[in-house]
Amino acid sequence: MYEGAVQDLIDELGRLPGVGPKSAQRIAFHLLSAESADVTRLVAALTRVQESVRFCVTCYNVAEAEQCRICRDPRRVDDVLCVVEEPKDVVAIERTREFRGRYHVLGGAISPIDGVGPDDLRVKELMTRLMNGAVTELIIATDPNLEGEATAAYLARLVGPMGLAVSRLASGLPVGGDLEYADEVTLGRAFEGRRRIDA
Amino acid sequence: MSAHTPKALYRDEGIVLRTQKLGEADRIITVLTRRTGKVRAVAKGVRRTKSKFGARLEPFTHVDLQLYTGRNLDIVSQAESIRAYGQEVVADYPAYTAGTAVLETADRLTAEEKEPSLRMFLLVVGALRALGEKSHPAPLVLDAFLLRAMSVAGWEPALAECARCGEAGPHRHFSVPAGGTVCPACRPTGSAMPSPVTIELLDSLLTGDWARAEASQGINRREGSGLVAAMLQWHLERGLRSLPLVDRSESAPRREASLLSEA
Repeated sequence: MYEGAVQDLIDELGRLPGVGPKSAQRIAFHLLSAESADVTRLVAALTRVQESVRFCVTCYNVAEAEQCRICRDPRRVDDVLCVVEEPKDVVAIERTREFRGRYHVLGGAISPIDGVGPDDLRVKELMTRLMNGAVTELIIATDPNLEGEATAAYLARLVGPMGLAVSRLASGLPVGGDLEYADEVTLGRAFEGRRRIDA
Repeated sequence: MSAHTPKALYRDEGIVLRTQKLGEADRIITVLTRRTGKVRAVAKGVRRTKSKFGARLEPFTHVDLQLYTGRNLDIVSQAESIRAYGQEVVADYPAYTAGTAVLETADRLTAEEKEPSLRMFLLVVGALRALGEKSHPAPLVLDAFLLRAMSVAGWEPALAECARCGEAGPHRHFSVPAGGTVCPACRPTGSAMPSPVTIELLDSLLTGDWARAEASQGINRREGSGLVAAMLQWHLERGLRSLPLVDRSESAPRREASLLSEA
C-alpha cells in the first residue's frame, strides 16, 4: 500500500477495463515521473471528454455538438442507412471508405440472457427515422455473433412491411487467411454468400 | 476444485449455455457437458477474427471439446462443432428468445459445476433440436422444457393429484408454493383457479403428448405459461432474466403495429 494520493490514483486506474493492479501501479509511477505539461494535457483531455461529449440526437453516435460529424456532412447520401451496435463500429466502417450513407447506433444487441430486450435499444428511434421515407436501403451491420444475428433477424422482421431494401453484411473468409484453417460455420457462410466472377 | 480425480486433459461434448467476455480477446464459456456436467472454461483469443474456434463456441452450439484442467477454470484446447443450432434458432425471433430462456434455465438449475447431469443435457439437446427444426411452436417447446427441467431438478409439479395429501384428482385449485394442484381440503388461501383445460395442457407438455398440446387454444397456452413461469421463479431464488423477454407471438412482433400507426 502506498500513501494517500498515490494509492488513490492506483485504485482509480485499476478500475479501468483491461488494467490490473500491476499495470495500474506502472501507469501511476509513469505519471509521477512525467513532465507536468503531459499530465496537464491528460487531465484536460479527460475533463473535455466528460464535459463536451454526448450522443448525437439523430444517430446516437458520440458527438461534440448536437449532431455528430457524419450526420452534419451534406456530402453523404441520405437514402442508405447502416445500423450498428456501438459507436466504435461506426469508426470501423468509416475506415473502409466504402460507405457513403448515414448511420444509426443501437447501443447494443438483443441479449435476453443479460436482460437486454428490443426496448432497451434504440429500435423505436430507428423506426421513427425510417418513417419519413427518405431511407430506401437499410444495411444491418450488427456483429456476426449470436446476439447480433438475432438483432438483425428482429429488425428485418420489423421493417419488412415498410418495403425497404434490407441487407445484412456478408460474412466469410478473412482477407489474407488460409482456407484450411477456417471454421465450418464461417466457411459455410462463405459458400452461401459466394459471388460470380465476371470474365 | 471438484472432488473428482484431477485429470490434466479431458474430452467431452456439450452445449454452450453462455459466454462472457474476459480481458482483451478471451471468453469464459459455460458448457453443459454429457459426462462432466456443467463446466466453466476459458476460451483464449476467440474474439479475434483469426480465431479458429470462435464460431464454434457461441451459445446454442453442440461442441466436441478438449479441455485441460486449470487452477480455477478449465481451458479449452480444441473445439469441433457437432451441430450448430444457433443459425436455425437465431433466424426466428420467437425461437431465439425461447432458446435463450432454455439455456438460462439449464444454467440456473445445474447449480454445481462438474456434477454430471445427463438428463438435463439430453433435455437441452432435445429442446434446441425442436426449436431449430420448428417441429412444434416455440413457446410450447419452452414450456415443455421448463416443466421437464423442473422435474429433473426434483420439482415436478403435481398435476393429476393433490400436491399436499396425494389424493387423486383432477382438482380445481392450483397453488404455486404447494407445488401443483391441490384438493379442497389442503387448499392454501390465495390458490389460483386455472381452467381444467390448462392443467391438461401442462400435463401433455410434461408427458410429451404433442398432438394434444398443439390442439390447445391461445388462452390456455398463455395461462399455462404463466403458471410454469410462476413455479420456476418460485424455485429459483433470483428470477430468470430472459423469461420476461420471450416473444410468444407466432409471426410478427406485437410492437410492430403500434409503431407503424404512430406515423
